[in-house]
Amino acid sequence: MHPVLKLVAQRIALSTLLLLAASVLIFVGTTILPGDVAQQILGQSATPESLANLRAELGLNDPAVTRYLAWLGAALQGDLGTALTNGRDIAESLGQRLGNTMFLAFWAAVISVPLAIFLGLLAVRFRDRWPDKLISGVTLASISIPEFLIGYVLMYFFAVKLGWAPSVAMINDSMSVWQKLNAIALPVGVLTLVVLAHMMRMTRAAILNVMQSAYIETAELKGLSTFSVIRRHAFPNAVAPIVNVVMLNLAYLVVGVVVIEVVFVYPGMGQYLVDHVAKRDVPVVQACGLVFAAVYIGLNMIADIVSILANPRLRHPK
Amino acid sequence: MRIPLAALIGLFFTALYFLMAIFAPLIAPYGMAEIVGDVWEPSSSRFLLGTDSIGRDLLSRMIYGGRTTIWIATMATALSFITGSVLAFLAAVTGGWVDQALSRFVDLIMSIPSLIFALVVLSVMPVTVTVLIVVMGLLDATRVYRLARAVAVDITVMDYVEAARLRGEKTMWIIFREILPNALSPLIAEMGLRFIFMVLFVSTLSFLGLGVQPPQADWGGIVKENKEGIVYGIPAALVPAFAIATLAISVNLVADWILNRTTSLKGGRG
Amino acid sequence: MTDPLLKVRGLKIGATIYPPGEKPRDIEIVHGVDFDLAPGKVLGLIGESGAGKSTIGLSSMAYGRGGVEITGGEVWVNGRDILKSRLRDVRALRGGEVTYVSQSAAASFNPAKKIMEQVIEAAVGHGKFSRRDAEERAVGLFRKLGLPEPETIGNRYPHQVSGGQLQRCMTALALCPEPDLVVFDEPTTALDVTTQIDVLAAIKEAIRDTGVAALYITHDLAVVAQVSDDIMVLRMGETVEYGPVDQIINAPQQDYTRALVSVRSIRHEEKSPGTDPVLRVGSVTARYKGTAFDVLHDVNVELHPGQTLAVVGESGSGKSTLARVITGLLPPSEGQIDFAGRVLSPDLKGRSIEDLRELQMIYQMADVAMNPRQTVGTIIGRPLEFYFGLRGAEKQKRIKELLDEIEMGDGFIDRYPAELSGGQKQRVCIARALAAKPRMIICDEVTSALDPLVADGILKLLLELQKIEDVAYLFITHDLATVRAIADSIAVMHRGKVVRYGPKSKVLAPPFDDYTDLLLSSVPEMKLGWLEDVIANRRMESAGN
Repeated sequence: MHPVLKLVAQRIALSTLLLLAASVLIFVGTTILPGDVAQQILGQSATPESLANLRAELGLNDPAVTRYLAWLGAALQGDLGTALTNGRDIAESLGQRLGNTMFLAFWAAVISVPLAIFLGLLAVRFRDRWPDKLISGVTLASISIPEFLIGYVLMYFFAVKLGWAPSVAMINDSMSVWQKLNAIALPVGVLTLVVLAHMMRMTRAAILNVMQSAYIETAELKGLSTFSVIRRHAFPNAVAPIVNVVMLNLAYLVVGVVVIEVVFVYPGMGQYLVDHVAKRDVPVVQACGLVFAAVYIGLNMIADIVSILANPRLRHPK
Repeated sequence: MRIPLAALIGLFFTALYFLMAIFAPLIAPYGMAEIVGDVWEPSSSRFLLGTDSIGRDLLSRMIYGGRTTIWIATMATALSFITGSVLAFLAAVTGGWVDQALSRFVDLIMSIPSLIFALVVLSVMPVTVTVLIVVMGLLDATRVYRLARAVAVDITVMDYVEAARLRGEKTMWIIFREILPNALSPLIAEMGLRFIFMVLFVSTLSFLGLGVQPPQADWGGIVKENKEGIVYGIPAALVPAFAIATLAISVNLVADWILNRTTSLKGGRG
Repeated sequence: MTDPLLKVRGLKIGATIYPPGEKPRDIEIVHGVDFDLAPGKVLGLIGESGAGKSTIGLSSMAYGRGGVEITGGEVWVNGRDILKSRLRDVRALRGGEVTYVSQSAAASFNPAKKIMEQVIEAAVGHGKFSRRDAEERAVGLFRKLGLPEPETIGNRYPHQVSGGQLQRCMTALALCPEPDLVVFDEPTTALDVTTQIDVLAAIKEAIRDTGVAALYITHDLAVVAQVSDDIMVLRMGETVEYGPVDQIINAPQQDYTRALVSVRSIRHEEKSPGTDPVLRVGSVTARYKGTAFDVLHDVNVELHPGQTLAVVGESGSGKSTLARVITGLLPPSEGQIDFAGRVLSPDLKGRSIEDLRELQMIYQMADVAMNPRQTVGTIIGRPLEFYFGLRGAEKQKRIKELLDEIEMGDGFIDRYPAELSGGQKQRVCIARALAAKPRMIICDEVTSALDPLVADGILKLLLELQKIEDVAYLFITHDLATVRAIADSIAVMHRGKVVRYGPKSKVLAPPFDDYTDLLLSSVPEMKLGWLEDVIANRRMESAGN
């Protein structure tokens, strides 16, 4: 087998293993710790008998390993159980909400990725001059403000004061794509701002790293035009680190979504998770945690695989 | 020693916030949960920042809230630093399976975003200040571990550490005299960044209703309490934004300065 | 006289430096330099690091590296002042009329592109050759430069060929567009000595055959003497001496040049071995954990009190591993080490404080051998405190004595390593080793990171101290000139084995084994025509075989 394929296969296997371990961690985190689902459901006034009955019904008396294997086996077949609070099938509710979240994240990525790369290039082009300094200043500010506050500031000015966009982002299936886009304009804007700064800064660093290599100097000393130097020598080497940056930031975006959905009352996974954490609905929390972990691990895996594929040393071994 | 202007500004505001947190009961014009006026009164001489969603003085709540937020963030940072760096130094100096086991475990924890992990854990834990500090501190310890281990490993391969080993120095001497003095500056700078992260983290949790519980005030909670007002054009919920941002930027400026100042001592090839 | 191809007048070069914690400052690094270079001639630029030689070389392409900027003077190439030219014309010159060969070909080739594409890029880009002609020309150059498989080597990626081969590819890259001038910037410095001679010969032949002019930049006077017609000696951005190679080598006018020429002329009389060796390495074989081959194989050497054993070899020969085995950092898989009449524990943990004290070590990079957070006083004082329990005034007195011994004086006690020059740092490391009053010191490439004159001073100091303290040195180095200067006995290492061992006079006298012959004959000598002699000799030998 080609060594690159071997490395990629290893990476995929490792990520699968990691996800499996993460599922153990999530399960352990929600079952071993003090606090009991039965108690949560029935409240403080529950009688010991009814508690015991419910525990037996929920299978809480089985050993943890048995419960974990049952949970994982069901999850692998797409059965995430039923919510304690309303008795609905979790996989069904989750599927719809995951779709909504992906819709939001997708548009945020579509806007922020090209913008961040463009601004990163701009920062490199005007390195140490005012555009660069402005960009790093904005970066400092934006990593210092929590996402939800950016959300409310934007909502306050654009939705309330200027009335350009709705302040809550309710969407449903009967809306046209255009109506949906209008509804999510503000949350997309906030998410873009949240990841933009990071992505820009990391893109800048990645490009600068390439531009300071000796082979760029060689290209310049060949008398090539700036454009040729970038196209033929900088770009092929900068693609991998930039894709890496993008993937890491998309992973970051997935987390940012949780908070932003709450701010704009958007019917996505984040809000679903937060609501059910407050209601202590453990099966839902486990399912959401697993999905988030899978997305996060998956994006990190893609970043690693791109680095492997783009490395000429691995692609063309000795 | 000359302190650059940016660092001075950072130091000033950082000190200001910490002093406000410590002396909150002396400074705050009203009590933390005292209802003293109407709902969402605008700024006036009585209420400098106006009142909140149920008529409490917003300035007083901000001051007490800062106290809670800064206290939790400081304790969580301390916990994450002590746990993270002690384990990291142990891993770096011992090496072998201790290092492997710790590092793989940290990889695992970091494979789940910390906010998601915190939410998962908080779904079954009683939400108290202590629980918050422990959960946030331990989750963040993984980040500190990564950095501290990298720094320590960089130092342990230095010839001067080898020279100390060849001289016959004990492990403790090597950790405290050779490694620690050189690891301190990046760690202190990182501590600033971790503190900011903790402020943001606890504020986010409180905002989601899963952090500090009312009636106790904290900055994230104040946003949550007043967020309905935004739609009516009442900016009370934005006040903590200003506080969090200025505190975070100030600490950042100080951390930057410490890092710059100390790297110059590290002695390159000059 | 023909018109010069390159005429430089009053060249001044400045740079912006960014001292940490301070405002950026502009400094001048070249203060007005003049020289001429006729077509087809080679000018050697020589100087220590910081002399400004690379900067001057790049100015012939109107290029400043990093924050470097040409601030004054004129640079005429083919009758045009390129400093006043438009960027478009400068680009036509770069890679067309003037080309560049850097020190590290490994870093200078784009890792993502095939070698051929990069070699012909400038020639095709400047419209000098069609793609097909350029490729043909490149293959011809590959052949001339002695690269294996010249037809297909261009299809490989840079990481798929060795360092020495890549350096030749870089030379092909520079010669491909038929330039008038090539700037060679330390092209052989990063190579092992046996590789260096081949690359050097290839470069010299290519220069001669193509009739191109060259600026040859190096810190090694013996190297530059082999390829140049003229030599310019630079120091701290100023010309020290400028003249024909014969005059510079054989009749230098300036003290500085004289010092450079005579730098390897330390005379050291070989001492006859006494009876009991202080160190005996007996049949040592060693390998690193997790690897399948022996880095050291059946090594046997002895070192006598007050003498110097030089362990010489190229990178990867196992010489530094030998030091690790002796110090106990890498326990050998077989064999034992006797030290001062007792058997040393193979592992560092099993050694007594006395063992550790009597066996000290000095490192190649003095920078990282001293804790940057400790003052010179602390660094030298620690062994005094640790081994002898000295405190207070007594310790201070001894530190001062040691500082005097290394010719630095007690003004340095409170300085930090970052405030010292490279040579001073190494001296402090020597003092730290001496503080333990050792029987033996392992010196691991202690002079190879230093400029030649500074290195010379360190060697003289070491010899001086050996007389006073009667300490034995195990001297690890790749530099044969250093070996000649200080050794009493020599062990030549190659691929983990000692291939030749004995008193200096015997090891350095024929008949030689193949490897030692190759190694010895590859070391550049400060003699005109040396390169030709060696190459001619080697050809004769291989013809005779």
